Amino acid sequence: MRNKAIEVRDVAKSFGSFQALKGVSFDIYDNEFFTMLGPSGCGKTTLLRMIAGFEAPTSGSIRLHGRDIGAEPPHKRRVNTVFQSYALFPHMTLEANIAFALENLGWKRDRIRARVAQMLELVHMSQFANRRPAQLSGGQRQRIALARALASEPEVLLLDEPLSALDLKLRQAMRDELRELQRATGITFIFVTHDQEEALDMSDRICVLGAGEVQQIGTPGEVYEDPENRFVADFIGETNFLPAEVIGVEDGRATVRTPLGLVNTYQKGARVGASATLSLRPEKIGLDEQVPEGVERLRGVVSSRNYMGGYTHYTIAVNGVELRVSKRNAVSHSASLEPGRAVELGFRPDSARVLGQ
Amino acid sequence: MRLRDFRLWGLAPAWAIMALTLILPIGIVLLVSLATRGAYGGFDWGLSFDSYAKILFEEDWDGNLAFTPQYLLIIGRTLWLATLTTLICAALALPAAYTIAQAPGRWKPVLIYLVTLPFWVSMIVRVYAWIIILGNDGVIEKTLRGLGLVTDIGSLLFTDGAMLVGLVYSYIPLMILPVFASIEKLDGSLIEASHDLYGSRWVTARRVILPLSLPGVMAGAVLVFVPCLGAVLEPILLGGGKTMLMGNLIQTQFGGGRNWPFGAAIAVTLMVLVMIFLMLNALRARKGAAHG
Repeated sequence: MRNKAIEVRDVAKSFGSFQALKGVSFDIYDNEFFTMLGPSGCGKTTLLRMIAGFEAPTSGSIRLHGRDIGAEPPHKRRVNTVFQSYALFPHMTLEANIAFALENLGWKRDRIRARVAQMLELVHMSQFANRRPAQLSGGQRQRIALARALASEPEVLLLDEPLSALDLKLRQAMRDELRELQRATGITFIFVTHDQEEALDMSDRICVLGAGEVQQIGTPGEVYEDPENRFVADFIGETNFLPAEVIGVEDGRATVRTPLGLVNTYQKGARVGASATLSLRPEKIGLDEQVPEGVERLRGVVSSRNYMGGYTHYTIAVNGVELRVSKRNAVSHSASLEPGRAVELGFRPDSARVLGQ
Repeated sequence: MRLRDFRLWGLAPAWAIMALTLILPIGIVLLVSLATRGAYGGFDWGLSFDSYAKILFEEDWDGNLAFTPQYLLIIGRTLWLATLTTLICAALALPAAYTIAQAPGRWKPVLIYLVTLPFWVSMIVRVYAWIIILGNDGVIEKTLRGLGLVTDIGSLLFTDGAMLVGLVYSYIPLMILPVFASIEKLDGSLIEASHDLYGSRWVTARRVILPLSLPGVMAGAVLVFVPCLGAVLEPILLGGGKTMLMGNLIQTQFGGGRNWPFGAAIAVTLMVLVMIFLMLNALRARKGAAHG
């Protein structure tokens, strides 16, 4: 196994009577792009601020490369943060902003100058060295904030929803740049976001937080395709939840009775006799000609549709439940299905998941 | 009536107040400074620069004018004390304002109220209080003697130091308030960013908080420096009238000295000094705005 950069152990944090974190534990490895994902109030920012040193855990410990950093003030930790608002010093030039950390570390002048030039080049901002933050666009500020935080080669870089202030197009471009930057520097990135698409796109591993607890940790593929529980399935991507009665459980699989008939597929936390949920993602369901071969064909009626360009989202009434189905528009100007039309639909049972809670 | 006329005449009350309470009195002072001293006190209107010359020269026995530094020294001492007061006020106000800004929300109004509290008491009473504190057998002396630290500390009162203490005490709220206003506006994540980038508390104070609260310090400097130049109570009560400042020099000329033209000339000089200071400050602020 790779080196552990951060070890979070039983960390809990309360603000008055509010429990922001209820004892979470996980490891983050060197050279990893690790994302903490969750809705607002899930504790992800609190956790990030504790790693940075701005908050102290109520209980539990945080280790940085094996060393307990619980009592260290922020300025003693080789951990830097890219703030949501960037927090660039408005009274300093970009050069001075980047040099700030290096001066505090007592680097020699020549070394600082060389490093600042190198960082400006890394983020393609060399020609702006003497500007001030107010003269930059949002994306440029973002780049300088990154250069400033990376200049001293911290052991870990923390990013607090750094893309949320940017417009859509720029956000997309910055995702690629961030990923690129992480690979180029080899520094561990801990990224906090509430945007599941960002998390899926960039991360090596995602830690899904909800209600102050770790819900699941895994690769983007794992958390999307094999959610640990209902919360994760619901928070990441779109899904249909169908009531399911567990008939049999064996080897990580379960057979359940659902409004769509009997389904045998992978399960998490299902118990015979207890009620469970079947999670079925809209894109896993085929309509008419897109029904996968060899699966049972169900009959339904289109209730509504939303045309999205690449996809059309339908709501389809089947056996008394409303199913959300997204159909890829594989042919240009594919005829869209009128509400009220009868359709055939089907899905591979293995694409669905039985979830205990 | 056209809009332009209305704008012109609509401001008439403001102009009238300005003319009556500001331009007219200053004009009178200016005219008096150009008058000559009357034979039996008072003054005769005229157009003479003798009073201004008197600031630099004195008439010797033969009626020749000889250079004298005595009034220049008073002007210099006034400028020096006002500068020192402003610097001390700034040095004390920065941590005070920062502490208030960091205080929990419901405490802030209370602390601000406490800062302004002395203004509810007459200035004379407040300065008199320092006589009791600093004077012979005063609070400080008694305490020190009681602790057995000293037997005789000499007089704390009627010194430049006493005057300085009084000036700082009188005007520090005028520094704390604008500095607080600019620290309050400061984005907290900048302070966190400084700590995050290995800045100690001292580095953060010096390189982030201080430069960003400078507009407040400059505003406070004007509010402290300008009234310090004209301070009368502190030199009279705490300086014991031994050390002259421009404020009590003017007061003396209009009172005991009965040389109104000379008093007026000093007053005009004081006004010019204040205006130079304000203009330099405005120029600096404009330059800063162009950069920032």
